[in-house]
Amino acid sequence: MGKVFAFHGGVHPPENKKQSTRTPIAHAPLPKMLYIPLQQHIGIAANPVVNVGDRVLKGQLIAEPVGRISASLHAPTSGIVRSIGPHPVPHASGLESDCITLETDGQDEWIEHQGLQDYTRLEPSVLIEHIRQCGIAGMGGAGFPTDVKLHLGDDHIVNTLIINAAECEPYITADDMLMRERAADILSGIRIISHLLRPSHIMIGIEDNKPQAIHALEAVLKGCELNIDIRVVPTKYPSGGERQLIQLLTGLEVPSGRIPADIGIVCQNVGTATAIHRAVHFGEPLISRIVTVTGDAVAKPQNFEALIGTPFADLLEAANLYEGRLFRLVMGGPMMGVTIAHDQIPVIKTTNCIIAASDEEMPQAPPEQPCIRCNMCEQVCPVTLLPQQLYWFSKGREFDKARNHNLFDCIECGACAYVCPSSIPLVQYYRFAKSEIRTEEAEQRKADHARQRFEARQARLEREQAEKEARRKARAEEAARAQQSRKSTEADKAQADPCNTAPAASAAPDLKQLKTAAAVARTKLKKARDALKNAEDKGLDGIDALRVTLTDLEQKSEEAEQAFKAAEQAEAAAAAEKGVDLKQLKIDAAMARAAVTKLERALTKTEDEQARREMETELVEARKKSDALNQSLSEHSPA
Amino acid sequence: MSLIRLSSPHVYKANSTANVMRLVMLAMLPGILAMTVFFGWGTVIQIIWASLLALGFEAVILKLRKRPVLFHLSDGSAIVTAMLLAVAIPPFAPWWMTLVGVFVAIVLGKHLYGGLGQNPFNPAMVAYALLLISFPVEMTRWTTPFVLNGDGWQIAPFLDTLKAIFAAADNLWYDSFTGATPLDEIRHRGGLTTEEAWRQSTVLSQGIGAWHAVSAAWLMGGIFLLYRKVITWHAPISMLLALALCSSMFFGFDPDNYADPFFHLSTGATMLAAFFIITDPVSSATSNRGRIVFGASIGILIFIIRTWGNYPDGVAFAVLLMNLAAPFIDIYTQPRSYGHNRAKKGQGGKA
Repeated sequence: MGKVFAFHGGVHPPENKKQSTRTPIAHAPLPKMLYIPLQQHIGIAANPVVNVGDRVLKGQLIAEPVGRISASLHAPTSGIVRSIGPHPVPHASGLESDCITLETDGQDEWIEHQGLQDYTRLEPSVLIEHIRQCGIAGMGGAGFPTDVKLHLGDDHIVNTLIINAAECEPYITADDMLMRERAADILSGIRIISHLLRPSHIMIGIEDNKPQAIHALEAVLKGCELNIDIRVVPTKYPSGGERQLIQLLTGLEVPSGRIPADIGIVCQNVGTATAIHRAVHFGEPLISRIVTVTGDAVAKPQNFEALIGTPFADLLEAANLYEGRLFRLVMGGPMMGVTIAHDQIPVIKTTNCIIAASDEEMPQAPPEQPCIRCNMCEQVCPVTLLPQQLYWFSKGREFDKARNHNLFDCIECGACAYVCPSSIPLVQYYRFAKSEIRTEEAEQRKADHARQRFEARQARLEREQAEKEARRKARAEEAARAQQSRKSTEADKAQADPCNTAPAASAAPDLKQLKTAAAVARTKLKKARDALKNAEDKGLDGIDALRVTLTDLEQKSEEAEQAFKAAEQAEAAAAAEKGVDLKQLKIDAAMARAAVTKLERALTKTEDEQARREMETELVEARKKSDALNQSLSEHSPA
Repeated sequence: MSLIRLSSPHVYKANSTANVMRLVMLAMLPGILAMTVFFGWGTVIQIIWASLLALGFEAVILKLRKRPVLFHLSDGSAIVTAMLLAVAIPPFAPWWMTLVGVFVAIVLGKHLYGGLGQNPFNPAMVAYALLLISFPVEMTRWTTPFVLNGDGWQIAPFLDTLKAIFAAADNLWYDSFTGATPLDEIRHRGGLTTEEAWRQSTVLSQGIGAWHAVSAAWLMGGIFLLYRKVITWHAPISMLLALALCSSMFFGFDPDNYADPFFHLSTGATMLAAFFIITDPVSSATSNRGRIVFGASIGILIFIIRTWGNYPDGVAFAVLLMNLAAPFIDIYTQPRSYGHNRAKKGQGGKA
């Protein structure tokens, strides 16, 4: 049997499983209409491949998977596609979603199909593709496309395969009945999974409240070549939670935020194993499943083999619903199931149970009372969280604290709310906090994205600017270099023709030098005079020598002064030769032009005859002046 | 079809806060019975009087706070607070003292902080500490057990007790029925060794049995609460262990100056505190681990206050001090969650 470990917490709600196991699995009567939601699994919704009005055969592909994580859909029976559009679906939101509506024709005519001859000879990828084509998704509750899980052997070392047969939720007996009646099919399915994943060890986890199912499994396992263990675990909710079952059977914990395959474990549900068996051996896609219909409001609680898409109303009718007693309709179990408000909602691949509950059976929770931190919730939490703290943080919108208390490890099993003496709907608070945090994160991401885009744009603009600048500089340098070379050639020319040496080029530095020389000479002269005077006053020696020097200096200063003056005059003469001051000329010309424009404007505005005549004369003179100036400017300005 | 739409889970365990409170009251019965047998009618009278007051104050304050009166009154938390205060104060405490105490517990200690579930301090202990500081004479005039009053079952008659509480009694009457408690005797024994004090004091040598019996009765109630899973073992056991450990160490080291561990465990309010006071979920640390720290700290503090403090019994102060530390303990005692290598300690958050 093997050792069974324990997980923290857990609760023992009334099982209520006996009611629906009295009779064998019945075939639900063929409904008139089937509503097949395009999204019955985790991942991307399937894409319809049939048109309204098409006749489809049982097992025909009606929607194909989109992307890696998706599942195909098949017609559960033969009939005509009546519409493809929104219809109520089993979802907690109560919203509508796209469904293919199929009107059945009662003939239940199969499309041609056949199983694989010998799957062990096939390439694993081919076998998995076949399973994918059959639209198989996890039937335990989450509806994760099975083919993705079967590929886990590619990049993970899978050493343990766990078959989840715990079925810990009260009321539900679909897996129990399946095991009792079709244990051989389950084993066949396990063989296929085992062939693909090649685990060294297979464990079937089953709660001890299903003795008949355990018997049936033991019977078919006799002489089985696989290393399969049936591990009977104590009945305690939520032992069927994937992570909890792994802990029960192996003593290992799946690290937070990781998947079981990361520690070498893959879980599959017994229902999924059966579906794989039917797909591989008979080529039948997943078009029906076992559904428990139970609760106080039905007279004959039992399990049905129901076609996917069967409206709940048909199943409830088959179980003899007491219309007046129905108060709450739950899809799934009482701990994690969702209430549905509409009985035309269809059975999907994950619908394991429908509870038609009366008011007495599932009364409304009493009004919420204050939390007294009694910590009963902590005692039952299977994830070892502090539900009471999470509640306070969620209620107080202290989401960072909630996150630090591992809010996102919460599996929403409802054990805390089940035991709460203050009737606080704890799970709702957690869902609220989670969705708020997710919204915040999404907004944060959006803001980050916007900021990044802005920064990227800014960077791009700067870069472009810098490039422009660089180009401009390069051009300028080019131009400068060209100028330089032109200048140097000109200089060469000038050297070749010395008489053409421009006086302006040498005159300015000469003049300056002469001026400086004159000033220096003056200063020296002054100093010499001072020294002479000093010597004379004090009657020192060497006065004669000083006098000589002074005379010498006086002469030099005179010479420098004269040279400077001469140079200055030469300059002035050169300017006079040019005749005009170019700058002054330019200004005058501009002013003359402005005066002309002004007069012209004034003239157009003035109406008085006398004034006009005067102005016209003025204008003529101004024009003359302006023309003359312009003329002289064009003559003097360099070409 | 109009069906109800609700979020899961859809079934609830038949449990309620009122039920929890009822169980606590039930668990107090043996202790109350023992107190009545050994110390007279005072306890019963105090409980009834305090409960009436508590209901009255609670109703008035709920009305003032515009809360549904009957809905909150029926949770029974006010009566539990009143009962805890009533068994903590001396059985002959005058009526007005109980009134002040209940007022402080219900109005100041509980509702001014926001009502049930919001109070940081144990309301009964807030009231007790206030009374002890304000009225030390009345608060230390404890009833003597009947064995010291003469032969047979010598307790004060019911009507006399009623009169002593609601009117007044002369000092002689009080003197004949009250005296020091064993903890008093040990604390204020002058220079005597423990053994000498034990020999000299009649309360210690003859009357101690009454306290042992009352402690045993509280312990019984505590075991009942543990059995019914109203409380967890963490706080009480760690408190008793810490107290036993401290007292054993000192007693083993110097038996002349320190009382033995059994004495510490079975006198005063030790058992009452362990199972009824520090297990108040609202004001204690909240996680299992946190409650171990919380309980152990209270055990140590009780020993310290009893041995070196000015007050003979330190339960109220120890509890209040640790109430103060409870939020801090909570931050550092998160359990390790499934799938995590270690607990995230000390990560409170920004707020």
